[in-house]
Amino acid sequence: MDKSIRILIVDDFATMRKVIRNLLKQVGYENIVEAEDGAIALRTLKAQKVDFVISDWNMPNMSGLELLKAVRADEELNATPFLMVTAEALQENVIAAVKAGVSNYIVKPFTAEVLNSKIEKILGSL
Amino acid sequence: MDVRFINPFLDATENVLRTMAFVEPKVGKPYLKKDNAAKGDISGIIGLTGDLRGSLGLSFSEACIVRIVSNMLGESLTGIDNDVKDAVGEITNMISGVARKKLESEGFSITAAIPTVVAGKSHSIVHVLGGPSIIIPFEIEEGPFVVDVCLGNGPT
Repeated sequence: MDKSIRILIVDDFATMRKVIRNLLKQVGYENIVEAEDGAIALRTLKAQKVDFVISDWNMPNMSGLELLKAVRADEELNATPFLMVTAEALQENVIAAVKAGVSNYIVKPFTAEVLNSKIEKILGSL
Repeated sequence: MDVRFINPFLDATENVLRTMAFVEPKVGKPYLKKDNAAKGDISGIIGLTGDLRGSLGLSFSEACIVRIVSNMLGESLTGIDNDVKDAVGEITNMISGVARKKLESEGFSITAAIPTVVAGKSHSIVHVLGGPSIIIPFEIEEGPFVVDVCLGNGPT
């Protein structure tokens, strides 16, 4: 699996972005960029090549679901793998994310190994 | 407070800290707390509503939370800073999420509010229901922390 892919972490909590960055580092991913909400993430995605998005569900300004919908509606970005991070696996949220075209989702808390296997599963299915 | 509500919070605390901070906290004997005094130097508290109503507090000694957050971030922290405060909110949120999922499997549907974090010596944890609360004491090598739960029946 290509560990040099550029991953965008989207979370309004700086600490959670650091936690995910730390977990990614443990499994070999170091090419990481960050955004603190969906709107900033969208600007980042348009400004530079990003291979994979890991986004929190619950954020101010533009939620993870709104970001996902915006990415899927954009001709240039719509194939970008998108992993949604949620605090709880609420069925209605999962259904909404699947309908919007999420690649997979992961429920907090999660280990570096579980995160890695989600990423590999998504990349392996492309 | 019904003792059935203790285990979901105990298990959730162990699960979250083992998964995210790579620590194995030792659990002590739960006891009843009748005042508002927090047991640690920094606390997170989150309101819970639904089939059950109340609040969950977590209160950490400084050395304990510095170790936990250092492990979570992969950095060596030296004291309580904004990263630690943010992390206490996130830990409170995650423990509440895991515990609520367990309670849901026992037939109690509960939603959570946004956690608040308070730091400083001699601060208080004021529960939504006023108390008394159940304290579940934990210990890691660097120091103690407690889970402070006060849950009752939801609105009728």
